[in-house]
Amino acid sequence: MYDVIIIGGGPAGLAAGLYASRGGLKTLICEEKVFGGQILMSYEVDNYPGFPKGISGMDLMDSFMKQAEKFGVETNYEGIKGIEDQGKTKYVILSNETKLNTKTIIIAAGASANKLNCPGEKKFTGKGVSYCATCDGAFFRGKPVAVVGGGDSALEEALYLANLTSKVYVIHRREQLRAVKALQDRAFSNKKLEFIFNHVVKEIQGDKFVNGVLIENVKTGELSRLDVDGIFIYVGITPNTKFIEDIIELNEDGYIIVNENMETNIPGIFAAGDIRVTPLRQVLTAAADGAIAASCAQKYIEMNC
Amino acid sequence: MAELHLTQSNWEDEVLSSDIPVLVDFWAPWCGPCRMVAPVVSEIAEEYQGKLKVGRLNTDEEPEIAVRYGIMSIPTLMIFKNGEVADQIIGAVPKEYLIEKLEQVL
Repeated sequence: MYDVIIIGGGPAGLAAGLYASRGGLKTLICEEKVFGGQILMSYEVDNYPGFPKGISGMDLMDSFMKQAEKFGVETNYEGIKGIEDQGKTKYVILSNETKLNTKTIIIAAGASANKLNCPGEKKFTGKGVSYCATCDGAFFRGKPVAVVGGGDSALEEALYLANLTSKVYVIHRREQLRAVKALQDRAFSNKKLEFIFNHVVKEIQGDKFVNGVLIENVKTGELSRLDVDGIFIYVGITPNTKFIEDIIELNEDGYIIVNENMETNIPGIFAAGDIRVTPLRQVLTAAADGAIAASCAQKYIEMNC
Repeated sequence: MAELHLTQSNWEDEVLSSDIPVLVDFWAPWCGPCRMVAPVVSEIAEEYQGKLKVGRLNTDEEPEIAVRYGIMSIPTLMIFKNGEVADQIIGAVPKEYLIEKLEQVL
């Protein structure tokens, strides 16, 4: 029997793993895809305190992982089918039907990047359509590309791509950007970036690889085409809560509702990071959530188990 | 480590002329998801020893091969059988999904 099983190996899950194992709890982190989570896609994280020169998402998560492993946390690469609550014993059901017993659960499964769901997106994924500029930017050296979105991620990645590519169109459906001011200032002063407001992508076009995007002016309905070799999509996230929606209380957008102890509607089941209702989704806040969840899980075990 | 370091010079022998199917992990040092997906690929290499050859190709060092196979996104995992691309998986995926794809080819 585990003291705590953490579902998800991003910043929240790894920080929870560090606190739980350092506190002497028998701890397992299950990660379905890759340890590190969404921040792995970021070329540079410049708002995680302690790194005044900035640090890559990959290096930061490498350190998180090593620090958690130092205190003996166990890890595996297993998908999760669901969880069950039987009071003092809870079960985590892996996708291979194995049932693991645990006293507490921390759900830190994060969120996934949204798709545009337009024609051509699926067909050209990996052939010009990308969700990770850091991974794929180098394949578009000297070529024109488009970035879709108007938030922090969209602008950060557009600025990164400007270093490599010949031109970056930033396509945003609204009149104004949502990104923080410092990023907007940098973006507006970068000569390689061209902003196309009030437009949405109707279709991604190409033969074997992407060669353009068809965009529509949302005010006039007018269609036009941009010749680009790549399109990078940053249009928000959706929480990965499908596997627990039948027993855990969610808000209307699918995020987990927790109290100040990061506890869900079920005692002994906690949530941390991007997956919960929170006003800010950063590595820093996810890690802090993880620490609180692990510490409160430990208190729960002392009181109840 | 059971994975081969693939280059232009051993590509023909190790991949195209291989007697058994080959899983090739296209990666680069600056790609976070690639680095974190490596342990999964290593596990596969161990579990399928003898049935499957597993190799890694650095797209920074070997851009010609990356271009030849139309790689524009990494990580990309390609399964080669009899010198041909039998299947490909773009992006980080769950291990069980990768196994499912492999079993179809093997």
